[in-house]
Amino acid sequence: MSAVSAGEIRVGLAGAVVVALAACLPLVDQGFYLSISVNIVLYAALCTAWTLFSGPTHYVSLATAAFFGVGTYSVALWIDQLPFPALVAGGALAGAALAGVVGVATLRLSGVYFVIFTLGLAELVRQIVTWAQAKFTTRVGLYVFTDFTEKHIYWMLLALAVAVFLAGWLINRSRLGFAMRIIGNDETVARHVGIDTARAKILLFMVSGAFIAIAGAISAPRYGYIQPPSAFNPMISFLVVIMALLGGTSRLWGPLVGVVPFVIAMDLISARFPNHMPIVMGLAFLAIVYLLPHGVTGRLEQVWTRLRNRRALAVGAERTA
Amino acid sequence: MTHIVVTGILLSGTYALIALGLTLQYGVARIMNLANGETLVAGCFVAFWLYTAFAINPIAGLLVIAPAAFAFNWAIYVVALRPLVRRARNRGQLEVDSILATFGLLFLLQGLMLLGFGGEYFSYAFLAERFVIFGSGYGLNRVVAFAAAVVIAAGLYLFLYRTRQGTAVRAVAADPNSASLVAIDVSRTAALAFALGGALTACGGALLSTFYTFNASMGVIFTMKALIIVIMGGVGDVRGAVLAALALGIAETAVASLIDPGLTLAATYGLFILVLLFRPQGIFGRQTA
Repeated sequence: MSAVSAGEIRVGLAGAVVVALAACLPLVDQGFYLSISVNIVLYAALCTAWTLFSGPTHYVSLATAAFFGVGTYSVALWIDQLPFPALVAGGALAGAALAGVVGVATLRLSGVYFVIFTLGLAELVRQIVTWAQAKFTTRVGLYVFTDFTEKHIYWMLLALAVAVFLAGWLINRSRLGFAMRIIGNDETVARHVGIDTARAKILLFMVSGAFIAIAGAISAPRYGYIQPPSAFNPMISFLVVIMALLGGTSRLWGPLVGVVPFVIAMDLISARFPNHMPIVMGLAFLAIVYLLPHGVTGRLEQVWTRLRNRRALAVGAERTA
Repeated sequence: MTHIVVTGILLSGTYALIALGLTLQYGVARIMNLANGETLVAGCFVAFWLYTAFAINPIAGLLVIAPAAFAFNWAIYVVALRPLVRRARNRGQLEVDSILATFGLLFLLQGLMLLGFGGEYFSYAFLAERFVIFGSGYGLNRVVAFAAAVVIAAGLYLFLYRTRQGTAVRAVAADPNSASLVAIDVSRTAALAFALGGALTACGGALLSTFYTFNASMGVIFTMKALIIVIMGGVGDVRGAVLAALALGIAETAVASLIDPGLTLAATYGLFILVLLFRPQGIFGRQTA
């Protein structure tokens, strides 16, 4: 671990100011702006947690909805028996455990197996939960009654987003983060310098899955009534992939650049053209692949380095002249 | 017991066609086509439309559906996917790019079909008669669909193993770099394989629609099943895909009739996990990655 640099302290302070300002929002507005901000903070946490794993490894994970639903159900099943914080912690453990199982089954093999496995994972867990509920209980839906209002959920999700960012920063500074960067650049090299690549990937996937499950657990009181199709909605997985890739996954704050505009755009589109949502998502995927393969932040960085090179060239030309 | 096995085998005929389509696209053209299920659903809708609007028998409808799907998938490959193949620096890059691009196609096609047909379920009555095998009755439409699938799969086998073009396709599947050394136009062969895969999948969809209730958003589930069959059979392996389709059809039918019809995907995943843990290179595993 190296010492914290002055630049990092500056970024940290700026981030703290932004978070403090964001936390004041419920004092100003309790209606539309709060509700859309809950979505923004939720997806910021989800996309950043997704990027923790999928950014360095380039593995497209579609398991988000499965982890999210596992978190939601951890709260919904025992909300009458246990305190909320304990259920959130339980949800995190359940998410990590599910990620561990998926990781052990697929992450020792090539990336394609992982994508395929995660593609159907939410649907698989949904089928099992539906079947188990029908077999062992009499009710299909679950009610979650708490004293939380929208603003409490907003604050909890904001705290979660901050926690994900801090975790990402700490991982980047750790041996695990260093190992992941090498694996991302060249897995064969990583294996030859003695990194247990499967173990590193599984660990990171578990961290990512735990955070996503916590987001699901916190969101449970917001829904109030929980059914398998809404808790394990596969759309969540795809939206997270789109937003994170739109922003760019090479920086920790990259996904945030995609989340804010996309959540606002999605809100407008689903209000005015509810039937056009799949088409918009399809076009978003195609736009990312063909126009922004490294996301908005990647494109900005490209432009920035090109400008700097040009300036350096111009300065060099002046000197020789 | 025989009832489960026979129902499973009848179901596996269409699964095999869909999986053969996907294995051609992934094994030869190197495109993991996650929009494959949408081609299937499009096949269902065209067969439905031909049958209800023009009273054209779905089996005869294949003569329209297969060439249309071939042309459509050829166009998709040339317009959307070939640029990605050219751009990719390595196989991993192409894999990620093609996965994301075909996700885009998946949602685009699904969105268009949802706009056109809505989210309702469709079905039509074609040969809904009783047909007796080993003393118990099955839908005649299922038997006919299975027979048609067998004929199409046999045709594909003859094409791949008895013609020059088919040999070229298999050569590209084995190694694109070496194939180009023996004067095979790899880019054109990849387009051919991709288009042929799309045609097979659409035929599978048309046959499926004769006995199955379908809707515009069910494509992903079938893509999922086809992917698992392809992995089980070994990527690009025709015999493996057929055998894996049989296993999946029987396993699904067994779980649906013995435990719960809502758990078919769990059965699929059970098989998938076993394959990943014990034979990730496929049933007839050729190479180790």
